[in-house]
Amino acid sequence: MKQFLIFVRKEFYHVFRDPKTLLMLFGMPVTLILLFGFALTNEIKNSKIAVCDYANDEATQRIVEKLRANNSFEIQEVLMSHLQIEEAFKRGKIKLAIVFPTDFNSDLQHVNEAQVQVIADASDPNTATTLTNYVRNIVMSYQNEITDGKTIPYQIKTETRMLYNPELKGATNFVPGVMALVLLLVCVLMTSVSIVREKETGTMEVLLVSPFNPFLVIISKAVPYFFLSLVNLTVILVLSVFLLDMPFNGNIFLLYGESSILIITALSLGLLISNSTQSQQAAMLISLLGMLFPTLMFTGFLFPLENMPLPLQVIANIVPSKWYYIIVKSIMIKGLGFSAIWKETLILVSMTVVLLFVSFKKFKIRLA
Amino acid sequence: MADIAISTNKLTKRFGDFVATNEITFDVQQGEIFGFLGANGAGKTTAMRMLCGLSVPSSGEATIAGYDIYKQTEEIKKHIGYMSQKFSLYEDLNVIENIRFFGGIYGLSGKEIKEKSNTLINQLGLQHEAKKLVGSLPLGWKQKLAFSVAILHEPKIVFLDEPTGGVDPVTRRQFWDLIYAAADRGITIFVTTHYMDEAEYCNRISMMVDGVIKALDTPRNLKKQFSAASMDEVFFELARGAQRKAD
Repeated sequence: MKQFLIFVRKEFYHVFRDPKTLLMLFGMPVTLILLFGFALTNEIKNSKIAVCDYANDEATQRIVEKLRANNSFEIQEVLMSHLQIEEAFKRGKIKLAIVFPTDFNSDLQHVNEAQVQVIADASDPNTATTLTNYVRNIVMSYQNEITDGKTIPYQIKTETRMLYNPELKGATNFVPGVMALVLLLVCVLMTSVSIVREKETGTMEVLLVSPFNPFLVIISKAVPYFFLSLVNLTVILVLSVFLLDMPFNGNIFLLYGESSILIITALSLGLLISNSTQSQQAAMLISLLGMLFPTLMFTGFLFPLENMPLPLQVIANIVPSKWYYIIVKSIMIKGLGFSAIWKETLILVSMTVVLLFVSFKKFKIRLA
Repeated sequence: MADIAISTNKLTKRFGDFVATNEITFDVQQGEIFGFLGANGAGKTTAMRMLCGLSVPSSGEATIAGYDIYKQTEEIKKHIGYMSQKFSLYEDLNVIENIRFFGGIYGLSGKEIKEKSNTLINQLGLQHEAKKLVGSLPLGWKQKLAFSVAILHEPKIVFLDEPTGGVDPVTRRQFWDLIYAAADRGITIFVTTHYMDEAEYCNRISMMVDGVIKALDTPRNLKKQFSAASMDEVFFELARGAQRKAD
């Protein structure tokens, strides 16, 4: 144990004496958080929505039919109460819900005015805005149809509610993404480079000849990055809550716990990369390319995964950040507890276990 | 057999079809300075790696300090020191920190490390450099420091893989003074080198050509055997027949 601590202390020396490492560790998250302030808008297809039709009359059926015909939507279920809507949102089954009040058609016929409520999951603000606009257009087109040729215009008012993120802040979308990106990039890059550096300078040979357990070498290399990543996470959270007004509704310990899992995933990925490379440059390149692109592409914070062709959606499932992204959004924005994210957590944990197993196995082979 | 530090019997390492070291057999006495010579690619480093436990032999037997290299690797690791071909200290740690780190991973107590680092720093005359990063020291000092760190835990045997590469003759001479001092304390020195003047400093030397030990004796006897005036000539005589290209 004492040897282990001595080793960990040495790793901290390495980190704090290398300005490049420090810049990477703490400069990158801040830059990314500030850079990603500009989110992107995208066209949306086949979004899952729910209809809660208290009226179920001629007019509402026409509108629902129109919604069904539109390829932006896919009506997931017809619900009976507000409670069920809430439930469906929390489980992430739907992106949007439409509620028709009981007297929709009679209001429309007698007072020439009726109301429809549109509720959107605005934790992804771009999708939410686009979807509510689509719905509004469809309702408008029905209104025009029935008004056609009549003197007194019918009016259907759409009342919109943005769930979880009423002001449609972009931060809610990109902060969890940047968290995933930073944790993955930093951890993968730092571990792989720091292990390969020992190989490159020849000190790894000396360590392997010493009685110090080679697996402890790896673990003690991971320890400093684990703690520094938690510091990093704190920096990102403080920045996004106080500077970008990111909501924080959930349990902070749960968030740190889940983040720790992602960090361990990343550390084992870094270990895996270091096993198959001999130079620091190669390790850096593989880590950057191997982490940056999949994370940007398949996490869902830049490009909605729903729009991707099926093969890409399948690939997205093996990207750890996708699951972490869902988890962070659920905790921070929706304020959900562990019971809502146990599935994603389980996937993340299994990924970590597999990665750790493979990289330790590979590391052993290299000793032979 | 207690005074045999290293003993090998037909030790072989194959990489696919390529036989890097082919049935090498030799004994090294405790306290001996044993020179392990050969051209680049002759199989020196492979042989040394097997003896240090960095690489598992394909066949053959060997004992290091009386321990079997297949079964007792953990015991062996406690009793050997190693200085790799590349510089093997951390350049971004200072002298004291390096000593503390390597002393620490060999399980020395805090008190032992403190005592040893004091003597070591005085011995090497590094009093003013103790707090300087190792990367800023001249190469010769780094090498001397690396050697001293490699024998910090008083190993029975120390393996030196081309320890004096790129060092000027004066520093090399000083380096060998350290080696002699260590050998006087009973530490067995197993050293690979390219420099034939260094070969003369060894008690006995072995010459490897194409993975095979072609000659093994004291420098004086080897010169007599090949009727050569210097070790250089002996080396040329033996290495001329090599089939392998140097890498």
